[in-house]
Amino acid sequence: MTPISYFEIFRALSSEAMLVVTALAALTLDLASLRRAEPITRRRTIGTVAVIGLLASVIPLWQQLGHPRTVFLGGTLAVDDLILVFKVVIVALTLLTVLISMDYDVGRHVGEYFAVMLFGAIGMMLLISAEELLMIFVALELTSISLYILTAFHKGELRSQEAAVKYFMFGAISSAFLLFGLSYIFGVTGTTSLYGIREVVKSSGMGMSPLLATGMLFALVGFGFKVAVVPFHLWAPDAYEGAPTPVTAYIATGSKVASFFVLLKVLFIGFAGLEGLAFWGHFSSGWTMLLAIMAALSMVLGNCAAIVQRNVKRMLAYSSIAHAGYIFIGLIAASRMGATSVLFYIIVYSLTNLGAFGVVAALSSRTGGDDLKDFDGMAKRAPFLSSLMLIFVLSLAGIPPLGGFFGKFYLFASAIQRDSQNFGLLWLVVLGILMSAVSLYYYLVLLKHIYVVDSKNQSRIITPTYLNVALGLVALAVVLLGVYPKPILELLNSLVAAL
Amino acid sequence: MQVDWTIYLTFLGAGLILLLPRDSKNLIRWIALLTGVAALLVGLKNYFDYNAWVNAELAAHNGKLTDGFQQLVNVSWIPALNVNYHLAVDGISYPLIILNGFVCVTGILFSWNIENRVKEFFAFFLTLIAGVYGVFMSMDLFLLFVFYELAIIPKYFVIAIWGSTRKEYGAMKLVLYSFVGSALVFIGILAVFFSAGGQTFDILELVKHPLAPDVQIWVFPLIFVGFAVLAGMWPFHTWAPTGHVAAPTAASMLLAGVVMKLGSYGCFRAAMLLFPQGLEHWKWWIAILAVIGIVYGAAVALVQKDFKFIIGYSSVSHMGFVLLGLATLNVMGMSGAILQMFSHGIIASLLFAVVGRMVYDRTHTRQLDELGGLAKVIPFACVTFVIGGAASMGMPGFSGFIAEYQILAGAFQMHPLLALAAGLSIPLTVAYILNANNKVFMERDEPAGEHGHSHSDESSEHPPLPPITLPERVAAIILMALLVIVGLYPSIMLNMIKANVELFLRGGR
Repeated sequence: MTPISYFEIFRALSSEAMLVVTALAALTLDLASLRRAEPITRRRTIGTVAVIGLLASVIPLWQQLGHPRTVFLGGTLAVDDLILVFKVVIVALTLLTVLISMDYDVGRHVGEYFAVMLFGAIGMMLLISAEELLMIFVALELTSISLYILTAFHKGELRSQEAAVKYFMFGAISSAFLLFGLSYIFGVTGTTSLYGIREVVKSSGMGMSPLLATGMLFALVGFGFKVAVVPFHLWAPDAYEGAPTPVTAYIATGSKVASFFVLLKVLFIGFAGLEGLAFWGHFSSGWTMLLAIMAALSMVLGNCAAIVQRNVKRMLAYSSIAHAGYIFIGLIAASRMGATSVLFYIIVYSLTNLGAFGVVAALSSRTGGDDLKDFDGMAKRAPFLSSLMLIFVLSLAGIPPLGGFFGKFYLFASAIQRDSQNFGLLWLVVLGILMSAVSLYYYLVLLKHIYVVDSKNQSRIITPTYLNVALGLVALAVVLLGVYPKPILELLNSLVAAL
Repeated sequence: MQVDWTIYLTFLGAGLILLLPRDSKNLIRWIALLTGVAALLVGLKNYFDYNAWVNAELAAHNGKLTDGFQQLVNVSWIPALNVNYHLAVDGISYPLIILNGFVCVTGILFSWNIENRVKEFFAFFLTLIAGVYGVFMSMDLFLLFVFYELAIIPKYFVIAIWGSTRKEYGAMKLVLYSFVGSALVFIGILAVFFSAGGQTFDILELVKHPLAPDVQIWVFPLIFVGFAVLAGMWPFHTWAPTGHVAAPTAASMLLAGVVMKLGSYGCFRAAMLLFPQGLEHWKWWIAILAVIGIVYGAAVALVQKDFKFIIGYSSVSHMGFVLLGLATLNVMGMSGAILQMFSHGIIASLLFAVVGRMVYDRTHTRQLDELGGLAKVIPFACVTFVIGGAASMGMPGFSGFIAEYQILAGAFQMHPLLALAAGLSIPLTVAYILNANNKVFMERDEPAGEHGHSHSDESSEHPPLPPITLPERVAAIILMALLVIVGLYPSIMLNMIKANVELFLRGGR
């Protein structure tokens, strides 16, 4: 084993290190000099510190871009362009979440709030570079524990406490499942490195042995919880509804991006050769078959349950369950095009969802509620944010020319392309498309409350300019990703080729 | 300016309106109108140029076209899927493009009295119009789908915000029907793309390499039915009457006038062009459903109590003629179908304008029993309705006659029974139009049979209503003039349609 060069590690992880420093600085600053200040001043000051730290952490990422792939700590962590791009995505999502939080009442523990959020971001960034089972587990735990804490930040509210406990209980059990599954995989293959597992599976010709199948099943249960697919979704609606809205945004975007990214790697690298088949009438055991079942259930249940929701955050929670189902379709395709489509979609989806939750946070903190009826007549009270919400919601519904449409089209196209002779995956695509039609209903109901229904309260809602600009830029990105997806698509496609 | 500027101009107009302050209502109206007129003029100029070109081509090549398309732009858009931004027009699209232009301009004129949220109304309205222009020019399936969906969403808001009678229900029903239809189209498009080797979405490229017959037979109905939902094909028509009734005047005009044509245009351009064998296999089904729609629509219109529902069901009936004409697969029937799309677009716009704007906005009721005697109060509305109604019945001298006569003749060639059954609708149409005319515009000053006693002298005089405004008159005269011009001089439109239909039937595209 080669000696560990700490300097190398520090250089490769310098952006994470910067975030650690920023988090500690935020804590100290709050403790030392801001305890007596107004909450809004504290949020703005510490938020600014966090923003500066996040912006600074992009610089080392930027400098590493374009270098050949490096692996360190014996293959535990890796740095290549694809990983860097997604680290930048995580930083951007965290930055936006911080901006949304600066305008949202998170209680008295402002310093802790931003520090824990940054710790979560570090977990996500490590998760994205991890290529070894134990590191994946540790990073996933760092992310999850930060999010459990953040969920409980509405200290006075019962539903926030309930959500946090529920999230934590489910999360802890699923982590146990995940670890159990990973231990089986290690037991069978004798290695924890993803590439190592692939080699062992390929060279030994063991195929789908019962032990490996058990390990895979348990690991998928663990991941299924993290990305909230049916039947491991039960925590999501409560956690989304109960958590402070910026935290909901973070759970729905940052942690989803990181989890999907690592799931993609585990499946496409570690479990390569164990795909099995999910073609209609030709099922055979493997992860695509398991994913196909979860995808179908998620799309149906997520969309149907969203219809009856009266709370916007809960509705978006069910919608995100459905979207996890759509993303699984790209994974099931198990092809290069499938990988590209998944990566493209999680970028679009996370931006769209973050924007939507951002608008909900900004408006609900001023109207005092996040039920559908609280959004009545919003088009007159806050015309700008309402028009942004229109873009975000229509993108979630998959209406062209927005990013959500193209992303969904590409996901479905990749599934058809997998077996373009016999259309083996057409059944999933048909289900996905029909369920999108169902989903349009509840998205339109939300827009109806904003645009059509009148409210008695006609007072204008004024939101801070920085927030309007930030959300406006997100909306612009969502539109551009749909109108001109070419550059980012080509980038992802070339990077995926190296996977 | 090439004809694709109609799309860009309309989008620009919508964008410009979004930037204006919401209180400058008149400025917004004028900008919307100028945008509509500019786009219409661009469309008309290119229409006549194309017409002259077709006539020259026909004269030069023994009355046959070799290539009916005028290419506008073709650039790569999303290389990962080989999607191109490809716009082209031919003699089928041109009549529909200028139809869209006329409906846009007259729709804006008929919406001049909207006071509530003017800015948003015209922004949505122009976005919808721009999407429709885009559909009529797209030669790439993906692009066509994008424009098609772009036209769906504004409809929801226009109806749900500014509509009447169960507006939210009608709007939601319409949008969900369209979306389910487009979901079918979406599946069909993916199937075409990958069956053809995943190389191109370009319609004109795909035509050159027809798919295997067994694929055609299952994909054709997906795409055809998907589009036909929006064309009001029986039994998927039920969104149409409720949607039309709920919509504000300009939106009903657009819906019946243009949006239903999106459906039938999609049927022709995407389904019929790409799947000759699929079409051959399914054409009898289409023809039979079309005939059922024709007769059913007319019969149901006859028993309606609501003035707007009558026109709504009559649209279902007239769109049935379009589908019947398309299914005949002969020059006569198909040219009639294309002309009927234009003709019905104008007639439906005119009739909806009378019902929604001239009558309902003044009397605030559309129940036939509550209306009456309007001929004396607003004679202009009465004259407009009579002219529109006559065109709708297929009276010679109006465009409706030319179109429906050809469709029936074409259907007769396919099977005499089809023409006979479809012809049944003509007396029904006469009946419901005359019935409506009688109840709404006449009848008041005759002593009514059952409650004759309650009607004393003062009821014979209808209370005065606001007079018909100038924008209404201008718009109505434009539409009526079109009916007569195309009715008396059909060759300005029929020549290019016939030449292109012939080309299609020869397999030239």
